[in-house]
Amino acid sequence: MDAAGLLALAESSLRLSIPLLCACLAGLWSERSGVIDIGLEGKLLIAAFAAASASYATGSAYWGLLAGIGASVLFALVHGFASISQRGNQIVSGVAINMLAAGLTAVIGNAWYGQGGRTPPLEGDQRFTEFFLGHSILVYVALALVPLTWWVLAKTRFGLRLRAVGEKPAAVDTAGISVVGLRYVAVIIAGVFCGIGGAFIGTALSAGFLPGMTAGKGFIALAALIFAKWRAWPALGACLLFGFLEALSIRLQGVEVPGLGEVPVQAIQALPYAMTVILLAGFVGRAIPPRAAGQPYVKER
Amino acid sequence: MAAPLKLPRWADVALVPAVSVVAAFLVAGIVVLFIGEDPLTVTRVLIYGSLGTGYSLGFTLFYATNFIFTGLAVAVAFHAGLFNIGGEGQALLGGIGLALALLFLPVPAFLAIPLGILAAAAFGALWGVVPGYLQAYRGSHIVITTIMFNWLASILSVYLLVNVLRPPTSMNPETPLFPEASFLPAMHELGALVGLELPRSQLNASLFLALIAAWLVWLLIFRSRLGYAIRTVGANPTAAVYAGISPRAVTVIAMAISGALAAGLAVNELMGYQHRLILEFTSGYGFVGIAVALMGRGHPVGIILASLLFGMLYQGGAELAFEVPAITRDMIVVIGGVLILFAGALDGLFKRLVAAAFAARAHQPVAKEA
Repeated sequence: MDAAGLLALAESSLRLSIPLLCACLAGLWSERSGVIDIGLEGKLLIAAFAAASASYATGSAYWGLLAGIGASVLFALVHGFASISQRGNQIVSGVAINMLAAGLTAVIGNAWYGQGGRTPPLEGDQRFTEFFLGHSILVYVALALVPLTWWVLAKTRFGLRLRAVGEKPAAVDTAGISVVGLRYVAVIIAGVFCGIGGAFIGTALSAGFLPGMTAGKGFIALAALIFAKWRAWPALGACLLFGFLEALSIRLQGVEVPGLGEVPVQAIQALPYAMTVILLAGFVGRAIPPRAAGQPYVKER
Repeated sequence: MAAPLKLPRWADVALVPAVSVVAAFLVAGIVVLFIGEDPLTVTRVLIYGSLGTGYSLGFTLFYATNFIFTGLAVAVAFHAGLFNIGGEGQALLGGIGLALALLFLPVPAFLAIPLGILAAAAFGALWGVVPGYLQAYRGSHIVITTIMFNWLASILSVYLLVNVLRPPTSMNPETPLFPEASFLPAMHELGALVGLELPRSQLNASLFLALIAAWLVWLLIFRSRLGYAIRTVGANPTAAVYAGISPRAVTVIAMAISGALAAGLAVNELMGYQHRLILEFTSGYGFVGIAVALMGRGHPVGIILASLLFGMLYQGGAELAFEVPAITRDMIVVIGGVLILFAGALDGLFKRLVAAAFAARAHQPVAKEA
């Protein structure tokens, strides 16, 4: 592979890691506050659909972005209502979010456009096009979310409280701060981030929406979150790594690697999942989630 | 918080799920209105399309068979306090297992069917045992591990079908046909044996397997020592230790049973209908199993009833896609999602609503007297 090839690989790695990064940071906010979110995939998908159709209707990708964020936040609020207000099972709610998004996008997309759930192809201003160095503005927004997340969580009073709510909500409650309020804020931030990621998928990465187009990105983001041990900078590293693996698996399709022969792309595709299983099992390193993650907070305990 | 909820048992077992089902259908109706169709027409097509003819009833029962297996799988794990969302992956592995056994193991014809079923169960169990082991002995979260195992299974099946099992002459990622001795008899063939003329459909003997599995699960969970251990671990692992039960062993065993049950989906789809291994034959049945188990309250009878409902939705949904082109079969995924949300995550809310209704009725006569 020559220099141009390497550069192209690096470019596509970055592009492919952006949706992972948005969803991963979304999960980070949510889970750091104690709300497990396996609905990242669903939020990405509904945001991609809302962004693509709003962008098609209005002719502006920015309206698309706004619609994507709106749809994703709406889903985040459903998850928040079920898991924070109603103290329901957060995993069940996440599964429901994923199914709802998969079903609704296909049904509504088919009813509106009659093309098997696809939106019509987007062109011109309906897409996020090059902003700087060949990348759209969303790439830079997503990258900026990393220091922002780190700074807010590590350096501000709000961040300290939010992390405390994910570890020992009773202590936060005793200090007179609303556990429910903090968790809702975290869940809404997760919705906004997934909205940006979904809009990127629907209007920048590809020209329009396809049913099921997120293809497990939300789950890879979940894997990256575990890999990063729920920290912002490592999350960037994990997402870049997984984005690189995806770019590599596309690039190596049908290519003979010297000394190895043809590497089955599936072996590379399986790596993020296999690595996460191994890490979680503590065979290499250890990943420990926020202590209160998954537990609804009951006040009088 | 509100006072402890007191509900008559029948209300808790039947009324609460029924209310959440009705609410889910109302939401689905709103979606139908939103895309500009008439919910009543849709309901009529759904019901006629799933129950109207013997033919459509056969398909309804065929899909219900899938849901009984995946619903039971989720339920057994649930009784042990485990959330197994790996039904898709376990069923896929079951399919790979039965395909490998039927294509490569030379056995006498009369052994082909048992061999296929056992191979499916063994591979499905294996794909459940590993996450179970990792949760019990290595502290990994079973939900995350089973999600990862779903994707690993999907990637593995693509690899096997594209690179290994596909005959060199074929372009399609699928195996050659299984030996004919392994085909599970279709229901209309069975009917003909006893002189019944049944309409042709995909429905096959797997339905009986599913019903037997449901009965066995009932025996296991509610009438056996192991089932008692499973339920104890699910209710309170610490108490289980004091009772001399090993939560770790129970976790692994429950996941093995759960995985084997999920593999029943592969038996129905592949040995009963496709007669070869194809890509993505699980097509979301594993996830719908979660809805089925939640609606059926983890009880085999409830699961069979919920499976019938979802079987109707699947078959009716297919008809619907013909009759009302604006609506696709994905409508069923929407309904499944809403049902999981209502019956699973918001069950507390619905319980409180029903309890409030009961309380209001109980107070009324008193109010009149006063």
